Amino acid sequence: MKLDGRFGRFGGAYVPEILVPALEQLEAAFLDAQEDDAFRVELDGLLTTYAGRPTPLTRCRNLGAGRARIYLKREDLLHGGAHKTNQVLAQGLLARRMGKTRLIAETGAGQHGVATALAGALFGLRTRIYMGADDVERQQLNVFRMELMGAEVVPVTSGGRTLKDAVNEALRDWTASFADTHYLLGTVAGPHPFPLMVREYQRVIGKEAREQILDVEGRLPDAVIACVGGGSNAIGLFSDFVGDGGVEIIGVEAAGKGLSGRDHGATLQKGRLGILHGCETLVLQDEDGQIEDTWSVSAGLDYPAVGPEHAHLQDIGRARYVGVEDDDALSAFQALARSEGIVGAFESCHALAHALKLAEERDDDPILLVNLSGRGDKDVAQAQHLVGGKRLKAVA
Amino acid sequence: MTRYAAMFDRCREAGEGAFGAFLMLGDPDLDRSALALEALVAGGADMLELGIPFSDPVADGPVIQAAAERALRAGVRVADCFDLIAGLRARHPDIPIGILTYANIAVARGLDQFTGDLAIAGVDSLLVADVPSLEAPRFSAAARTAGLDLVMIAAPNTPASALARIAELSSGYTYCVARAGVTGADQQLALDHGSLFEALDRAGAPPPVLGFGIATPAHVHEALASGAAGVISGSAIVSRLAKGASPAELEAFVYEMKNATRGTVAHPIRMTGQALA
Repeated sequence: MKLDGRFGRFGGAYVPEILVPALEQLEAAFLDAQEDDAFRVELDGLLTTYAGRPTPLTRCRNLGAGRARIYLKREDLLHGGAHKTNQVLAQGLLARRMGKTRLIAETGAGQHGVATALAGALFGLRTRIYMGADDVERQQLNVFRMELMGAEVVPVTSGGRTLKDAVNEALRDWTASFADTHYLLGTVAGPHPFPLMVREYQRVIGKEAREQILDVEGRLPDAVIACVGGGSNAIGLFSDFVGDGGVEIIGVEAAGKGLSGRDHGATLQKGRLGILHGCETLVLQDEDGQIEDTWSVSAGLDYPAVGPEHAHLQDIGRARYVGVEDDDALSAFQALARSEGIVGAFESCHALAHALKLAEERDDDPILLVNLSGRGDKDVAQAQHLVGGKRLKAVA
Repeated sequence: MTRYAAMFDRCREAGEGAFGAFLMLGDPDLDRSALALEALVAGGADMLELGIPFSDPVADGPVIQAAAERALRAGVRVADCFDLIAGLRARHPDIPIGILTYANIAVARGLDQFTGDLAIAGVDSLLVADVPSLEAPRFSAAARTAGLDLVMIAAPNTPASALARIAELSSGYTYCVARAGVTGADQQLALDHGSLFEALDRAGAPPPVLGFGIATPAHVHEALASGAAGVISGSAIVSRLAKGASPAELEAFVYEMKNATRGTVAHPIRMTGQALA
């Protein structure tokens, strides 16, 4: 490896020796492509003409009105329905550059699986998605979307049958298949170079948002806020603001049914230093080091580890991480729909819920920039179930 | 002299390869695991490679994943594994015992505490499946401080630079894999290791022991004939236990596998890289 892949005391590449050459090949291809204008031009072209960048920055007309200026970075409007598309296009190009003919990926709710499937279709790469068997049952629509785009969806029946187990199975596949296969990992976790590479491919979110807010407000926001599962949309938003000392950086984790119990996904707040899925980071685990099951209403935040750079940003005090419970996220989901006409992803609504709380608490009319990382179509059926399956009253 | 060095010497003098037997500690529960471990020794295994169960074993195929799941479901804790080993060691003072586990199990206890506890239980070596040579220095240091050998994995695609690190950081033996992929028994033994053994020898790495896919006496014979100092069989033994094999049946299988090591061309054992203890 050329780089050490560390973020302070976090990161590294903890994989079986046999996978190290595959990571070295990936690091070399990534660094090489970063210096290659032709790669940049092709990627930018795809982001513009295929994915629909730049995405708008929308000022909420009603939410927080009179208390705060809440801006939404509209990654929900990106092709595919979430920020995931940014980086699958880049990794798809890299896979082709390395001469790989096959993609594999893990997915939880299916957003990254759908994104990988579209990249597979676009670049003509055979695609296999590992998905926990329970998630396959819960997310039939996304499973079919992946299949429509030609991907094979493999239900994973080991362990807790969710995202963590899908990552395990993808890593096992890659251990045997790296010669012709690229593992298109979906977040800023995993072994080096994934946390660095996925950050670089997602930082377009913050780069655009920073320019857009300066354009409309003439100043930087008071806070940037994003939800954190593995942490890719958050790192994407945060990276270009890290150097802006006056901008508070806030990551929002799934507090699930409450941080006092075990049914949450708040790794940064409740985790302990450990090693999972190739990197040293904070991990939800028991005393012996067995990984614990997590819980969140949003499958995308339901992960027992977190990107090592988030652990580092917390460590050095540059970012702080808070929790939002299921019920508050669901309230924000409904408020966004009713007040702004936007159905956002449950994941992103965790970030919005915290912004709404800040708007209530603060008296200084702050500018709050929230990453609306995905759209909520995938969550509509679950939301209907959660509000009791009843018809909602129209706004008077 | 370490137990590994003594064992390899004995095998070489007898003109045979070493047979290593793997089981997951606590599979399917503590009592039955203790009986199964005795069966491995009774069957004539030269060395034991024992797993401490981890919830997320990414280097393992379905058979060994299931073994870890059974042990964890039975409530087996890491401290229980130490107790199982200590009992085994008390009854069998000479057999080399290696531990195979994952990085999080080691760091959760504190690396020095973990290696120290292993040494007290009577363990000779530690192999951490998801720690490649680049990340190995602190694991090697902790193992050496505790008087353990750190065993590392080498594969056909492992470059010379990594083999050099393996030679520097590891001791006891080198766990060689002859194919890509996770643990598991195959119909055909893959022997794609080409010049790996010679390269390890040139680098001054500890003796090569071949694992992954050693499921039949014929595999044992082939692997040793290809130049390995020994073999380790895991999934084949674990799957027998999972199907309800009695201790006597396990013993018979180990005996048959060990028997296949006899009359093989012994590897010219080097004495490099042994623990400093």
